[in-house]
Amino acid sequence: MSEHSTYVPGNAAEKWLDERLPVARFAKEHLMDFPTPKNLNYWWTFGAILVMCLGVQIVTGIILAMHYTPNVNLAFDSVEHIRRDVNGGRIIQATHAVGASMFFAALYIHIFRNLFFGSYKAPREILYILGVIIFILTMAAAFMGYVLPWGQMSFWGATVITNIFSAIPVVGESLLQLLRGGFAVGNPTLNRFFSLHYLLPFVIAALVALHIWALHVPGNNNPIGVDVKSTRDTVPFHPYYTLKDLYAMVLFMIPFAWFIFFAPDILGHPDNYIQANSQVTPTHIVPEWYLLPFYTILRAVDFNILFINSQLGGVIAMGMSMVALLVVPWLDTARVRSGLFRPIFKWFYVLFLINFIGLTYLGAQPAEGIYVTLAKVCTAYYFIHFFVVLPVLSRIEKPLPLPTSISESVLGKAHA
Amino acid sequence: MIKTKTFLAAVALASSLMAPAFAAEASAPIEKQTWSFAGIFGTYDENQLQRGFQVYREVCASCHGARLIAFRNLAEYGGPGFSEEQVKALAAEYEVVDPTVEGGVRAGVPADRWPSPFPTEQDARDANGGSLPPDFSVLAKARGLVDPFPSWIFNYFTGYSEGGVDYIRALLLGYHDEVPASAPEGFVLPEGKYYNDYFPGHAIGMAPPLQDEQVTYTPAEGEAEVPLTVEQYATDVAAFMMWMAEPGLVSRKETGFRVMLFLFLFAGLLYLTKRRIWKGIEH
Amino acid sequence: MVCWLPAASYVIVRGYATLATQAHHSTTRRDFIFVATGAVGAVGAAAVVWPLINQLNPDASTLALASIEFDLAAIPEGQSVTITWRGLPVFVRHRTPAEIEEARSVPLSELKDPQTDEERTKEGHAQWLIMVANCTHLGCVPIGDSGDFDGWFCPCHGSHYDTAGRIRQGPAPTNLVVPPYQFISDTLVQIG
Repeated sequence: MSEHSTYVPGNAAEKWLDERLPVARFAKEHLMDFPTPKNLNYWWTFGAILVMCLGVQIVTGIILAMHYTPNVNLAFDSVEHIRRDVNGGRIIQATHAVGASMFFAALYIHIFRNLFFGSYKAPREILYILGVIIFILTMAAAFMGYVLPWGQMSFWGATVITNIFSAIPVVGESLLQLLRGGFAVGNPTLNRFFSLHYLLPFVIAALVALHIWALHVPGNNNPIGVDVKSTRDTVPFHPYYTLKDLYAMVLFMIPFAWFIFFAPDILGHPDNYIQANSQVTPTHIVPEWYLLPFYTILRAVDFNILFINSQLGGVIAMGMSMVALLVVPWLDTARVRSGLFRPIFKWFYVLFLINFIGLTYLGAQPAEGIYVTLAKVCTAYYFIHFFVVLPVLSRIEKPLPLPTSISESVLGKAHA
Repeated sequence: MIKTKTFLAAVALASSLMAPAFAAEASAPIEKQTWSFAGIFGTYDENQLQRGFQVYREVCASCHGARLIAFRNLAEYGGPGFSEEQVKALAAEYEVVDPTVEGGVRAGVPADRWPSPFPTEQDARDANGGSLPPDFSVLAKARGLVDPFPSWIFNYFTGYSEGGVDYIRALLLGYHDEVPASAPEGFVLPEGKYYNDYFPGHAIGMAPPLQDEQVTYTPAEGEAEVPLTVEQYATDVAAFMMWMAEPGLVSRKETGFRVMLFLFLFAGLLYLTKRRIWKGIEH
Repeated sequence: MVCWLPAASYVIVRGYATLATQAHHSTTRRDFIFVATGAVGAVGAAAVVWPLINQLNPDASTLALASIEFDLAAIPEGQSVTITWRGLPVFVRHRTPAEIEEARSVPLSELKDPQTDEERTKEGHAQWLIMVANCTHLGCVPIGDSGDFDGWFCPCHGSHYDTAGRIRQGPAPTNLVVPPYQFISDTLVQIG
């Protein structure tokens, strides 16, 4: 929170309101005058883009729920009813489905921006951890949403993912039945997923509010990672960043609209146009693309480790891949934030990025031949990067000299 | 400007990340056709849809239902272009089950869904040697083809959505009288099944459904004579199935053009606004 | 969370005001760009909002049943049937000449909601009385061939209707509603 207030009530009504509920003061301080580093690049617009994505999903989702029927006999046809009969239903449904993919595209960019510029470092650890929790909850929400159309992929995705919990020793089987509400995925599962899929986005929205609160305590990181020193380093959020974010959002809507209007099914899977059938599994079951990296890690463990069998091992590995993200602030203890000034880190970062794309690609491939080996290599590097490379680099790497301030850095650029 | 370029590169990267769509595995590569409804400018060819409907009605409909299609859809915008009167007359030719009327059946009206050829799924299986003839409503989107690297990446930029129709057309043309030499080694055709190049596992329960000159087309006014061949029938019925699966394709794309135009205009204006605002700020 | 909504509206209003103030102090070109961007944005916002509201309207499958055709041939004189139209029950009565005579002989001055029998039927088809079967009081379905006026009687709150479906006694304020309909042929009627 900024120390001194910049808000002066303009008239009697504003003053009256300000003494009772200072929303206008809050908005002025946090959404208009908030001092923001003036050197933020376009990678920093993805926060605003993500707020937009969440809004789009909530609005279209509420509408879809008005027309959808969560029942195993009716769900599939009710989604088709939305596409065929509801006014504008094809577009609204496509926006929600494509929106999930766009949401994750933006999420991954936002996370990778953070990892490169060291935004997770002190004093922004809580801000970062809230972000990772939002990411995990968003994956849960997306997964449950994918079950709702009750196609073949919905059903078998639900079966496979809920089976993850059966790996837990002793209580696994009971937990599995508890989650499914039956011995197999069925009507109770569909109903609870619908209920939770409706609830989670609001939980996520609340966490986003905390995330932004946590952002406004220390303020934004910036591409050079040097703290704001004076008001010369910053500009007010409005109009500078409101306009820049708005511009980026509209640019983001272009590929978004392309998929909605010209290829609404290309991000999905043909098998999900076949109604769920508990007797037949589709030949390839593949999760949605945004879950693939973690799916690869889950599958990569196909061997027993001591008393841990391969199934539990895979689940632990997948869990650890999230834990690794959560503890990054304490693994990477280098004092320099930005990857721009870390000559060795930069290359490992690129390797990590390629490795992550590799994990995504491998998740869509059949688990056979060379793909199995590659999946193990990529999984191994994922963990090595977090638990070996980052701690070691923080000790041995010699960073490049840092600019003394943001103003100096931007002036240098202008005169170069 | 470099920043904008990196941004665009990121968008391209993000889209290329998205995994290829898998679909029914085919041994022989499926030949992609040039469909009138492909691409961003593609629309359905009314005459082709009407021919495809005729093939569906005279040949396929005795086993394959279309439970999500209502008769009224046939007169809706962007579809086969039948008139309201034609649809009304057509619907009246069918009996639909309606428990609220005396006798439980009545003549169809445009609002009715396409009547199912079999009362239950078990009846359908019993009449077809244990195989279930799939419903046609969304079948064209429930099938696809596997594109090798790198063409699946290009598909995101061309909006290729015709994998299902390409597969269906190929399937209808993929029959052999006897197990061909191209069959997998040691392939034995089970009793009551037929060999098909493109069906997963090659043994399909459906007998070759189409023969030359089986359906008599009446050419529309000013339309050239259409050949009465299996290939023509297969192409037409596949196109009709695409319409059944995606009846709003034409209006969806039309809206898309308006939206795209708006987005480019608005993005351009916002860019100018943003540049004006940031003028004089070193950043 | 709650504070974000008013906060956001405040930003939009004050934010645009700030922009406009800045525009005021600068060149016309800048002014033009701001105004054009704002206007195009407003058009876009409206174009997005409308489909989000329009989806609440009756969908295509509902609209397809907004107008139905009904064959009257099967109803004998003195009988009525109840059919469904737009989810509402509709009475179709084949009236006897006596009923018609009874309805037409009532002076309008005796009616609570004055309307002639001719106004409630189609010319040349006086034997057919078609009306929505919900009592105009609070929506119950009246019982046929009963009440003090040989028409309908609503058991919920005791409204009596005559052989033309007009309110004669009881709490209902108006006559039973005649839906829009037309005769396609002598026995085929299109309602809606």
